[in-house]
Amino acid sequence: MSDPPDMVTGNTEAPSGETQEAAPVGGAGEERRRRHDLWMSGTEVPPDLGRYTDEGSQEMLEHEDAGMLAEQWGTLVSDDYLEDPAASDEETQIVNMGPQHPATHGVLRLQVELEGETIRRAKPIIGYLHTGMEKTAERLSFLQGPTNVTRMDYLSPFFNELCFSLATERLLGIEIPPRARAIRVLMTEMNRVASHLVWLATQGLDIGALSMMLYGWRERELFLDFFEKVTGLRMNHNYIRPGGVAADLPDGWEEDVEAILAAMPGGLADYEGMLTENPIFIERTQGVGVITPEECLAYGVTGPVLRAAGVDWDLRKVAPYSGIDQYEFEVVTGQHGDTYDRYLVRLEEMRQSLAIVRQVAESMPAGDYRSDDRKVTPPPRARIDESMEALIHHFKIFTEGFKVPAGEVYEAVESPRGELGMYLVSDGGTKPWRLHVRGPSFANVQALPVLLTDSLIADTVATLASVDPVLGDVDR
Amino acid sequence: MAFTDLAARFPQAVFRTSYGQDVVRVERGDLVAFVSAARADGFDFFIDLCAVDYLTRRPHRFELVVNIVSTKQESRLRILTGIPGGDPVAPSLTGLYAGANFYEREAYDLFGIRFDGHPDLTRIVLPDDWQGHPLRKDAPMGSVPVQFKEADA
Amino acid sequence: MARAEGSTSLLTTTLNKAVNWARTRSMWPATFGLACCAIEMMATGAAHHDLARFGMEVFRASPRQADLMIVAGRVSQKMAPVLRQIYDQMAEPKWVISMGACASTGGMFNNYALVQGVDQVVPVDIYVPGCPPGPQSLQHGILTLHERIQRGS
Repeated sequence: MSDPPDMVTGNTEAPSGETQEAAPVGGAGEERRRRHDLWMSGTEVPPDLGRYTDEGSQEMLEHEDAGMLAEQWGTLVSDDYLEDPAASDEETQIVNMGPQHPATHGVLRLQVELEGETIRRAKPIIGYLHTGMEKTAERLSFLQGPTNVTRMDYLSPFFNELCFSLATERLLGIEIPPRARAIRVLMTEMNRVASHLVWLATQGLDIGALSMMLYGWRERELFLDFFEKVTGLRMNHNYIRPGGVAADLPDGWEEDVEAILAAMPGGLADYEGMLTENPIFIERTQGVGVITPEECLAYGVTGPVLRAAGVDWDLRKVAPYSGIDQYEFEVVTGQHGDTYDRYLVRLEEMRQSLAIVRQVAESMPAGDYRSDDRKVTPPPRARIDESMEALIHHFKIFTEGFKVPAGEVYEAVESPRGELGMYLVSDGGTKPWRLHVRGPSFANVQALPVLLTDSLIADTVATLASVDPVLGDVDR
Repeated sequence: MAFTDLAARFPQAVFRTSYGQDVVRVERGDLVAFVSAARADGFDFFIDLCAVDYLTRRPHRFELVVNIVSTKQESRLRILTGIPGGDPVAPSLTGLYAGANFYEREAYDLFGIRFDGHPDLTRIVLPDDWQGHPLRKDAPMGSVPVQFKEADA
Repeated sequence: MARAEGSTSLLTTTLNKAVNWARTRSMWPATFGLACCAIEMMATGAAHHDLARFGMEVFRASPRQADLMIVAGRVSQKMAPVLRQIYDQMAEPKWVISMGACASTGGMFNNYALVQGVDQVVPVDIYVPGCPPGPQSLQHGILTLHERIQRGS
């Protein structure tokens, strides 16, 4: 069928754009309206809407039906969607996302008030993963502390352990040997890459690039194998402890690191090829979830979200820890503070971290992997058979724990999500009096309404993935 | 760093350096004014707010700890305020930093400190109908006794 | 189903086996990843330790479409009613794997905040120990469940 018959009028002649006998505006229009009203009232008379001419089109727009029909027929091209002023009473709808939801990155509950597809208000409700870690920490000794805090931000366990160890060491006032510091930097920067890979996988998955999910985990397995070789566990390692690290790096670690460094650039190039120039990805992430630097500072938002908004703030440069200032790397910042910028920032951060890993691997100092202060670090196992003192130290450290002088300190590191801080109060005993963890995701989730208001509901998923919250951090 | 300006305006505030970090102790009544002055002085970055329960070891039972940062001077300031246990009320900082909102709710939830002027002081990490404030020192850990049965032959 | 003349009950057993075979070979998990164990569950579903070879790579978000609930992670008091609700919304036949120490017994967090073992809330078929259990452990648990269903118990 080339031209559909005029079903409404019953004319079998195809409607054309030619000017037929131009019906006088007043009379024919009125007639049309009368017949239309008859039709609407249920009588059988079909409305004669006349020829769809240019002159008649103005009258036809008076009838909504006529306009719509004309659009269907293609004889009338309407403008872009015009706001209907009649729909002024805002009917909003409250929709609940989570806590069990495939795209909320854990058990986050988001209550959004929708007007159509636009979010007018968003309220994050947290607490679904509250584990009482701060209370548990008061019962565990300082040596057992890392086992507790490492499970908090479960995607970057080394950072939790490092922060706790640094806080304890500050209170103890002990020096950490250079090799221990270098090992800490090595493991934490590799952890940063592994964590960003999970972010990349979930960001792609949430936007719809399902293959990104599988590729992200492919590279992560290399890191997890290395972690298992060094620490014994794939996750939640309890490796970085007050005094140093738990054990020295195994033989052959340089080859493993070299293999990872060789495999990563290819992987990253794959991901960039898949996403960075992808028009769908760009459409879904540019201009989405924008936050300004002032809002970031007011809410305490840190990490890649802050840097993507344009603020050059990275604790590794501002307040270096564990000797990380010996290594050369750049702090990556964005400009617009949208999801796309956060994507670019994290991608480049992965490259910078790999550069740090390479520098550490090439310049790893020899020496002790932990402090030799026998009151703090347990003696080597072989010595326990030889020396009574060593046996007693070992016993005391592992049962009672070592005593930490009274004081309070706040220590912060730059975790993949932002500033991870721990406020540690000791009363001179073997267990912390109070451990408060400043989780970066807590502040980032608090800033979610800023990112989500006045955006579309479909953008929630992309924005949430780009903020990269870990609910263990939020709820503790 | 020199806090001469702030120290002059708040003579009761006690400045000290603890483990290389700047700490100041202010009275509860001066807290909002002090933080407001600090913010005007360049401390534009809100980092953390938490509470500590000292029971009888300090003159006041609770202590509120506020961490703020100045991005321009790259420096931190930690503000400590004593909150009496019999009257656990503190002024809210949500008017100065929007980020204090969740932190104050958490301190209320876990310690029972009420914040005057907070827009929505409700429980945040615990269920809404929870009784008690678990992080207080006199609240129990809530452990369940674990039995180790003798192994059968 | 009509039985042929003179046949034994061999036919019914075979049907049972066939049904169990179908149930085990495409058992779809519901997404119930809570904490660290969820990361290992995702790693199990990823390419290296492929769950798709068991027909299980489709993690259905809707409990109506899922057969298996892998409770991966620590269940807090606030989450327990949600857990029960999701379990109730699943259609029969359904199974529960309690993955990890926290889901099985409360793990290292024997305190006020966690449900000490998810079996206080839902009936559990398989407990997978570990903190977190590696992908091999989880797969062993899943295959044990498959064997159990295949056996008919």
